[in-house]
Amino acid sequence: MDNLAIPPAAMRRSSLSGQEGGPTCRPIAGGGRFSLRLPPASRQPAALALGLDLEANINRAAVSGGRAALRLGPDEWLLLLPEAEAPAAALAGALPGGLYALTEISHRQTAIVLEGGAAADRLNAGCPLDLDLAAFPVGMATRTLFFKAEIVLWRQSETCFHLEVWRSFAPYVWELLGVIGREYAS
Amino acid sequence: MTQAFRRAKGGRIDRSRTLSFSFDGKSYAGHPGDTLASALLANGVHLVGRSFKYHRPRGILTAGSEEPNALVGVGRDDAHYTPNLRAPQVELYDGLVSESQNRSPSLTRDYAAINDVFWRFIPSGFYYKTFMWPKKAWTKFFEPRIREMAGLGRSPKTPDAARYAQRFAHCDVLVVGAGPAGIAAALSAAKTGARVILCDEQAEPGGALLAEPDAMIDGVSAAQWLQGALAQLAAHKNVRVLPRTIAFGYFPHNLIGLAQSLTDHEGERDDAKPRGRLWQVRAGEVIIAAGAIERPLVFPDNDRPGIMLAEAARIYLERYGVLPGQRALIFTAHDGAYRTALALHRAGCEIAGIVDLRPKADGPWVEAARQAGLEVHAAATVTATRGRLRLTGATIAPIKGGSAIEVACDTLLMSGGFTPSVHLFSQSRGKLVFDATLDAFLPGAPAEACRVVGSAAGLASLQEALESGAEAGGGGTRHQAANAPVAQGGFIGVVPYHGDPGAVRAFLDYQNDVTAKDVMLALREGMQSVEHVKRFTTNGMASDQGKLSNMNALAIMSAVLHKPVPAIGTTTFRMPYTPVPFGYFAGYARGELFEPARRTAIDGWAAAQGAVFEDVGLWKRARYFPRGAEDMHKAVARECAAVRQGVGIFDASTLGKIEVVGPDAAEFLNRMYINAWTKLAPGKLRYGILLREDGFIIDDGVIGRISDTRFHVTTTTGGAARVLGMMEDYLQTEFPELNVWLTSTTEQYAVIAVQGPKARAVVAPLVEGADLSAEALPHMSMVECRVAGVPARLFRVSFTGELGFEINVPADYGQAVWEALMACGQPHGITPYGTETMHVLRAEKGYIIVGQETDGTVTPDDVGYGGMIGKAKPDFVGKRALARKAFAAQTNRKQLVGLLTDDPALLLDEGAQIVADPTQPKPMTMLGHITSSYWSETLGRSIALALLRDGRARTGERLHVPQHDGTARVTVVSPVFYDPEGARLNG
Repeated sequence: MDNLAIPPAAMRRSSLSGQEGGPTCRPIAGGGRFSLRLPPASRQPAALALGLDLEANINRAAVSGGRAALRLGPDEWLLLLPEAEAPAAALAGALPGGLYALTEISHRQTAIVLEGGAAADRLNAGCPLDLDLAAFPVGMATRTLFFKAEIVLWRQSETCFHLEVWRSFAPYVWELLGVIGREYAS
Repeated sequence: MTQAFRRAKGGRIDRSRTLSFSFDGKSYAGHPGDTLASALLANGVHLVGRSFKYHRPRGILTAGSEEPNALVGVGRDDAHYTPNLRAPQVELYDGLVSESQNRSPSLTRDYAAINDVFWRFIPSGFYYKTFMWPKKAWTKFFEPRIREMAGLGRSPKTPDAARYAQRFAHCDVLVVGAGPAGIAAALSAAKTGARVILCDEQAEPGGALLAEPDAMIDGVSAAQWLQGALAQLAAHKNVRVLPRTIAFGYFPHNLIGLAQSLTDHEGERDDAKPRGRLWQVRAGEVIIAAGAIERPLVFPDNDRPGIMLAEAARIYLERYGVLPGQRALIFTAHDGAYRTALALHRAGCEIAGIVDLRPKADGPWVEAARQAGLEVHAAATVTATRGRLRLTGATIAPIKGGSAIEVACDTLLMSGGFTPSVHLFSQSRGKLVFDATLDAFLPGAPAEACRVVGSAAGLASLQEALESGAEAGGGGTRHQAANAPVAQGGFIGVVPYHGDPGAVRAFLDYQNDVTAKDVMLALREGMQSVEHVKRFTTNGMASDQGKLSNMNALAIMSAVLHKPVPAIGTTTFRMPYTPVPFGYFAGYARGELFEPARRTAIDGWAAAQGAVFEDVGLWKRARYFPRGAEDMHKAVARECAAVRQGVGIFDASTLGKIEVVGPDAAEFLNRMYINAWTKLAPGKLRYGILLREDGFIIDDGVIGRISDTRFHVTTTTGGAARVLGMMEDYLQTEFPELNVWLTSTTEQYAVIAVQGPKARAVVAPLVEGADLSAEALPHMSMVECRVAGVPARLFRVSFTGELGFEINVPADYGQAVWEALMACGQPHGITPYGTETMHVLRAEKGYIIVGQETDGTVTPDDVGYGGMIGKAKPDFVGKRALARKAFAAQTNRKQLVGLLTDDPALLLDEGAQIVADPTQPKPMTMLGHITSSYWSETLGRSIALALLRDGRARTGERLHVPQHDGTARVTVVSPVFYDPEGARLNG
């Protein structure tokens, strides 16, 4: 199905569609996502095929243009790609033995961006990780919890976090971020 | 009312502003910086409560969180009301409304004070003995009365108007307590660059330094030093100081629970702002600088209003500029009370004398008192006190006997010395060691990365406190204290009082009204262990955790049992250190945010159509779609008929989905599921059954082979996470050699089931790139194509028994595709149906639901699916269990059958038992039970599925099902009630 055009954007409704957000917290619509699993031997050919650095340490994001590979485990990457990009064919060509797994999860989850000086503090309302810059530096990405929801948390800058949240948990996370955000309203 | 006991100057209060507050309906004045306790004392109010059991009048005893008597309810209305607050911890604000507790009708006239008259008849443990007879009186009379009497304060009935916040935090060093030791520790740790959190239960950090007019630290007054130290800490980027924050619990691996009060002190608080914040702090190291708590002396009637702890009185004087009374008698075994006496004397309070239990009263403090002209009674004791609502006098007698003196006094200030606050350390599982010179339990070997400093470690002097803090902080800082002479002494147990021990009440545990006599009674009754004595007498079991009473109780046990204190041991301290309102723990998890409400992409559409939803795990699923005034029965009947005769549309998005990908994908499924997967061709579907290791069904679902190396596995809605976890577990621990990877795709796809004879007519016009004919796409096959312009995995599958399709589309397109199908289905009368209709339709076909027809003890053969087992497979999860002889030998297992009632209108109760003869004597032999029971509109009668012993062999038998209203007669039939040949499926 890779070669077919993507349906019109108006047809795509995430579970946060209609939420506008503000300067410090907003949903990110659309986008393409893939779960990529690779044994060590497949890493280099896959990296070449994708044009993404897959040698970064675990829990680090490798960014290239508008594309990112978040390494969530020893053999697991979350690829965040432009919606139109379909990496299946390139990978199949690079790994003829099939020692990999690529699964599309573009719609499984949606994204929220949290920005500002209080972003880490707001996350710590429900995320038990140490978000000090020394412990969770820029470029770090990991699977974690936000209250009762699993999220992938990626620090894009000192004050900017990108959250990946499963579709049906996103309204719960969004509402909680709103309630917590009001604690910072002057 | 004027503040008659407020001094003109001194203390840390702001006299330029006056605050008005009320207590039991009466208005009083106070100042910013006051607590409710200090403001009441400034107005001469000592009587603030009635005791728990005897309803004795009680006054303010302490100046801190250890307060056992002055428990008050605070709040302007029920939604803002908090009971059982300790008055010395309640910060005063303008308009504060407070009330006393445990009294009716008023503090001065309390009917239940009758208990105090009959005190001899209600000794500790009386309730274990008294209410045994007559039996009925317990439930009808005693229990309701006792419930009314027991407990302090009233619970608000209105939902809490406050919001609560929560935070996780990490630090290198958490310092608990901002007294001199804690501040020195924080300064020292901050110097190393460590991330430091310093918390303190009071509004102002400083601890003992807040009532320290004499001492000098590093060449300046204690107050100046404190100000400078706090400024230094505030300037450190890595230091966070949390005032009004109680470290209430010490959890494993240095996780500390903190409860920070945020707006309680602000008065008419804004409910949009959180009232408090629960912190969960993970600390590299914990430095406990919790201080020490002054002990009361245990002597007859030591609980009258006007009797206070000596250090507390000094704090009220020095910090709040308040005199405790006009004429104070001091009763002590510790030098600290001399300091109080001297300070009060200087401030103009008459000192009626200093009674010192110690045989030889000497040393610099005693000398100073004598020089000031205060009368010191050495080797003396207090044998009685007088006064009902306020102390009026006391009797002093020499310990060795001899003539007693009566003295008049409105205040008695006592000190038995100081007990190190080892609660948090004890919670951390650190061992306590008894120090005989101090008569105290001190922190011993720690079990966590924690250190105890200052007076919490038994260090008496300011210099030692500062040094121990600075050393623990690791920054090599040094401090020099001057003009801070050490105060020594102490006493534990009951003081000598020359009276009949059975005739007096000397209170140990003020909050639970436990006397020395109660402990002696417990010992006479045969209790030997400190834990038994605690439970028999309830000593130390109040919310104050025995902060004031534990050591005195141990000393009494020690004396009676002739054992040293360490041989008796001490009870464990439990969290919370002081009570924490429930709201802190609930935090944000209330109302809609209590749990995530998971909704599908089609949920909004269904809600707009008026669907009725049901909870399935965290999911909200449309149960039925009523039209007009339809009830569930009518709506389901209509929906069932629509699917059987025309076409229905159903949201199956919540089904769990797992993408199994890799060269060994088929082999992995072979090992997990009972079925054979190797020969399943791409484009084909198969119904799979998953067992646990013990051979019982745990999940099921249709699995599609997308390609040689890719499977689309579906699971039950509730089993999605469990099955993925189980698969990962096996993959990583049992089959690490397999090249296969698992990804949850439950939420990637919206799943739309279109079912019924007209299903193809509805779906086909929207499909690009696939032929839906029965030849090209037979039952149990799938194709990748486009539906309504959206890439889809189109499954030809049915859980209804009709021709059907399940269309998997990326979830964000789910609603658009659903709407396209609805539009396309309009001419065919397409009918949305919910989970209830789905359940009926599948039951008509005898399809099981895991968790309904199965209960964790059901094998594939039990439900008639034994034939699905891949016989040639060397292994699969559960295979060895099924091969056990015990299974083979069982001839009488419960098997899935259908049941038809004689009365076609009768609906059997789900869960009801099945018997052969309803007239047999009880207990009856039960043959099985009903698992599903529905009205079948299709068949025009009721149907039921059941698990029945040897059920398949009983087909045709007539059995009985006892119901909630009589016994139903049933006939055993095949579980497939409708279209047993499956002709409709293959249409």
